[in-house]
Amino acid sequence: MSWDMILNSGFLIALVASGIRLAVPVLLAVLGEIFAERSGVLNLGLEGIMAIGAFAGFAVTFTLENAWLGLVAGLLAGGLFGLIMAFFSVTLRTNQVITSLSLVILGQGASAFLYRQIFGVSSRPPRVEGLTELTIPGLSQIPVLGPILFKHNVVVYLAVILVVLSWAALFRTTWGLKVRAVGEYPSAADTSGINVARIRYTCVILGAALTGLGGSVLSVAQMHMFLENMIAGRGWIAIALVIFADWRPSLALAGAVLFGVADALQFRLQALGFAAVPYEFLLMLPYVLTILVLVSRSGREAGPAALGEPYVKEMG
Amino acid sequence: MKRANQHPVWRRALFKNLVIPALAVLLSLALGVVLILVVRVNPLDAYRALVKGAVGSPRALVQAALRTTPLLLISLGLTLAFRCKAWNIGAEGQFFMGALAASWLGLALDGWPAWLLLPAMVVVAWLAGAAWAVIPGFLKAKRGTNEIVTSLLTNYVAIFFVSYLVRAPMKDPEYYLPQSAPLGPAATLPFIPGTRLHIGLLLALLCVPLVYLILWKMPLGYRLRVVGTNPEAARYAGISVPSHIVIAMVLSGGLAGVAGMVEVSGVHHRLMTGISPGFGYTAIVVALLGQLNPVGVLLAAYFFASLVIGADSMQRVVGLPVALTEVIQALVVVFVLASDYLTRHWEK
Repeated sequence: MSWDMILNSGFLIALVASGIRLAVPVLLAVLGEIFAERSGVLNLGLEGIMAIGAFAGFAVTFTLENAWLGLVAGLLAGGLFGLIMAFFSVTLRTNQVITSLSLVILGQGASAFLYRQIFGVSSRPPRVEGLTELTIPGLSQIPVLGPILFKHNVVVYLAVILVVLSWAALFRTTWGLKVRAVGEYPSAADTSGINVARIRYTCVILGAALTGLGGSVLSVAQMHMFLENMIAGRGWIAIALVIFADWRPSLALAGAVLFGVADALQFRLQALGFAAVPYEFLLMLPYVLTILVLVSRSGREAGPAALGEPYVKEMG
Repeated sequence: MKRANQHPVWRRALFKNLVIPALAVLLSLALGVVLILVVRVNPLDAYRALVKGAVGSPRALVQAALRTTPLLLISLGLTLAFRCKAWNIGAEGQFFMGALAASWLGLALDGWPAWLLLPAMVVVAWLAGAAWAVIPGFLKAKRGTNEIVTSLLTNYVAIFFVSYLVRAPMKDPEYYLPQSAPLGPAATLPFIPGTRLHIGLLLALLCVPLVYLILWKMPLGYRLRVVGTNPEAARYAGISVPSHIVIAMVLSGGLAGVAGMVEVSGVHHRLMTGISPGFGYTAIVVALLGQLNPVGVLLAAYFFASLVIGADSMQRVVGLPVALTEVIQALVVVFVLASDYLTRHWEK
């Protein structure tokens, strides 16, 4: 095992290509959380929401043998968790940190419970087909860039489209302006006639739905199975990446790909039997990288001013 | 009844610390019925098996007490941290670092007398847990980095580190499994005379009044609480918010580390990755259900410990997965939160 097995174009192209693929579940969660946080709600429950999304996606795909319906199920399951979060944090004005931490436990617990009850425990977990690769004719033949960018399954392209849509929604529509106003200065937004609660409900539910979709992409389109703890901290990494991305969808893409490549690197080095570093240290890589990224951003971070604060309407 | 009316503060405290958590638990168990019905099991059979498994035999009581010990230690630490609004959710990693330091010392100083070795192991475990918690605490204090995310991410790093150590450098060559060599007799916690309970339980119980004293009878506790409830006021009073966040992280990390020592030295007698079924995460719920009050935390720790012990036998008897307890945990938190809202409204 030597370094030239790693430092060659074949390895690097495959690395970046799978990095992009692995970025998708995290990217969707980051986008979702950007909506929630831009509206002023700190939802730390992504880890649990991705878990329930992953389970719902897998269960529906397995039962109905249709991966697309599985992804829709992940979206809906996430949205349901978003509704719970919105009800507590917006209507009951509970502490957002504690509420969303309970969603982590709820999502992990409920998905593990339902999976074991329905599919049982086995050394060979049931698998699903997933989605086929969509190789874009012509473009995928370009050397280097072709295999990196244009040979993926459909969700990769969908995720990129969602980045553009999220950016447009937040920065090019009146609704996006309202969302940002609610996150920055809810009482002023309220005075100008914006329904703060409605905006927050929409953003939290939409955000959690995207997060649930991210979870179902992981189980349905990438791993082709459901495993307890399969989210493995991706939800938390997504929360860190929101800060890294400065609450902007475009930078979210960059952050998620960075994480995806780190993840792909540890997978591929392990697969090659790279022995210079014990594999446990490779497994640490994405987490350590995320901490470093978070540290490098902090001090300069400027999130929405009203983030995490329940809004109490002034009674005249 | 009349007396209670004359003591509204006392009555409110009782209501907040006892009635609400109890109601939250009952409601969660009731909602658990729905989940059990969904998977077509008779909820009556399920809960009967749960209760019988939790309190139905001396063995079950011992197991629940053993399981209470690490939960209690960790959640008492989290009580200190959360009172200061230092959201340490890295207790799982701090627990592992404490377990690692204690087993390393226990193996390295094999042959030392127990009265010297065991306290030394507690001290290094405390230091290791505290040091691991200092990372997110310091980053929060110095750079404003979100401690929730960093402390959580450090869990993964700690667990992978321990799994490397027990697979390679610290591995017991006699066994196939990734685990360290067994601790010598002097490095294992003795039983409380006449029981099958190790003295770690006493240590944890001792921490209940200790944490109470720190929080309500010592200037440090007062400062931690002021920083938690009103950082602005703390600043005016000359209390350094960043340094108290670090102190809160250190205290909670240290206790999580000690919990790790107690588990390896009292229960498993060697270091391995299977020493925690998520104690560091359950302890968060325990601290919250206990309303960040040491006595409440003691009751909550015992409750969740018995719940898991009971769920183990429920799984054997009616085949319901133990993961049900996690759902119940989450529901308990949700109901405690909802009741906070209700009490706010009653008081108005």
